[in-house]
Amino acid sequence: MSTKNSLRNFNIRDKGAAIWSGWNRFQRTSFGIAMILLAGALPFAGNYSFSNFLNTPISNFADVLVYPVGMFVLMSLGLNIVVGKSGMLDLGYVAFFAIGAYTMAICGKWTDLNTWEILPLGIAFAMIAGVLLGIPTLRLRGDYLAIVTMGFGEIVRITALNTQKIGGPNGMANVPNPPSIHTPVGVLDFNIMTPNSFYWFVLILILLTIWMIRRLSVRRPGRAWEAIRQDEDAAELMGVPTLKYKIWSFTLGAGVGGAAGVVYASKTLYVSPDAFTFNISVLILSCVVFGGIGNIWGVVLGGVFLAYLPERIRFISNARQLVFGLTLVIIMNFRPDGILPRKKREKLHAPAAESGAK
Amino acid sequence: MNLEIKDLRVFYGKIEAIKGISVSVNQGEIVTLIGANGAGKTTTLKTISGLRPVTSGSIIFNGQDISKLPAHERVELGISQAPEGRGIFPGMTVLENLEIGKYFRKDRKAEMQEDLDKVFQLFPRLKERVTQAGGTLSGGEQQMLAIGRALMARPQVLLLDEPSMGLAPMMIQNIFNIITAINKELGTTILLVEQNAQQALQRANRAYVLETGKVVKEAKASDLLNDPDVRAAYLGTGAH
Repeated sequence: MSTKNSLRNFNIRDKGAAIWSGWNRFQRTSFGIAMILLAGALPFAGNYSFSNFLNTPISNFADVLVYPVGMFVLMSLGLNIVVGKSGMLDLGYVAFFAIGAYTMAICGKWTDLNTWEILPLGIAFAMIAGVLLGIPTLRLRGDYLAIVTMGFGEIVRITALNTQKIGGPNGMANVPNPPSIHTPVGVLDFNIMTPNSFYWFVLILILLTIWMIRRLSVRRPGRAWEAIRQDEDAAELMGVPTLKYKIWSFTLGAGVGGAAGVVYASKTLYVSPDAFTFNISVLILSCVVFGGIGNIWGVVLGGVFLAYLPERIRFISNARQLVFGLTLVIIMNFRPDGILPRKKREKLHAPAAESGAK
Repeated sequence: MNLEIKDLRVFYGKIEAIKGISVSVNQGEIVTLIGANGAGKTTTLKTISGLRPVTSGSIIFNGQDISKLPAHERVELGISQAPEGRGIFPGMTVLENLEIGKYFRKDRKAEMQEDLDKVFQLFPRLKERVTQAGGTLSGGEQQMLAIGRALMARPQVLLLDEPSMGLAPMMIQNIFNIITAINKELGTTILLVEQNAQQALQRANRAYVLETGKVVKEAKASDLLNDPDVRAAYLGTGAH
């Protein structure tokens, strides 16, 4: 029992934050760059004896890093804006992923646009879908919102399933490859023949998303989301236009999902309604909860872990799902707030408050 | 400044919670709504601040019908509420809670220090706890924070929903003293909803007695203190 409690109370997040706050700007920047380089070097991990335990059997490691790992991290970050930052339960997040992927497939096959030109389009369409869904539904709260968003996720999938023009249940094959990009620095070239470039492209998207969320969090939208999450009525009474900010949060989350969809379609070169089931929404939500709702680094960890684990243990075939489920149950039991929970300030200083006079 | 509620009706689904209430609040007054549980006091206040939609009737503030405006726009016009149950943000510090009270103000940076000083002068306790999370404050301190936060918006009229709820007698005295001070020193008009009728009637200029969604009495607060019906129903006999 005591080990269980100490595990529960062990707060990596606070320890990390304490070390981080003790650093100066130079140390922080170097640490950030080192971490980015380390993440960038991940595809090579399989080549060296000291790190080849990371290698995934059966599937290609560099591919696994793009899908599912990269996609899951990207989508978890997007969903975290909605669930973690502003406290709205969205069970239909896969809809935006699907809209991004179908945008890529349709525009890629029917027009001359390439992946790089379709990416902003996919984001835009997902965001428009976010606004359209958000305006009528975000007046709802809690469970009701969860059910409506779940319905939306299914509507998008079933629409794709029943629209013969976009392949119906067969989906769309032969989505075009992204064209190469040549840069002055040869290593940074994007070339579909080198599997690592796709991973680096996803990594850049992830870093951009993290940067965006961090910028917004310390500014007015972040304050508004935080207030809405903690007490929506009180936020409204403080003059926060809650509906507007909820739609913003929803739309930004949708945009990130759309970006993930475009990348997914141009990586797998094939989209079909089967890829966008309710399962994905739940899995992405699990990544967010498992990693630690509201904490970017926790969510990244959650996404990496939940996407990577099933691939890593693929060699045990059928027992894989069992092991995956058991791992989730066990870890959530020890760390109910996630691996890296967000700072819980309402619990700090609690003894001091009790000593205060009534 | 003038707040006029005319024949207000509010429904929760099919249940009529407010059955045609008319209340007026004039510049500089303290007006109180008293009544038992379920009389519709809180609903009236929530409807004025915009958290509940109006079914029929009108809310007129400074000559403008605001009954269709969303709540956050009513804050900009000068109506602030300290909600029932305090509604502070538990995970934000006292300072952050106060800062968000200024969320909509255009020149909030310039006004911030001045208004913080004003609030800290009214509530010195909050200044001591400025870096502490709202959720860790005592009930009385949370109520102070809720009122202070509402004042940050520089309201013309302050709506207070049961500020004495769940507080110790000493703290109730303290809070009511501060409410009177806000009215006298800052000139803020106050609409006060209370179950503690004794205190509310002592502090207020005028009072309305609500019963199951209707105004049953309207008079000067001091008159109601001596009204035998009101005494029997809300004030008890010997006690106070």
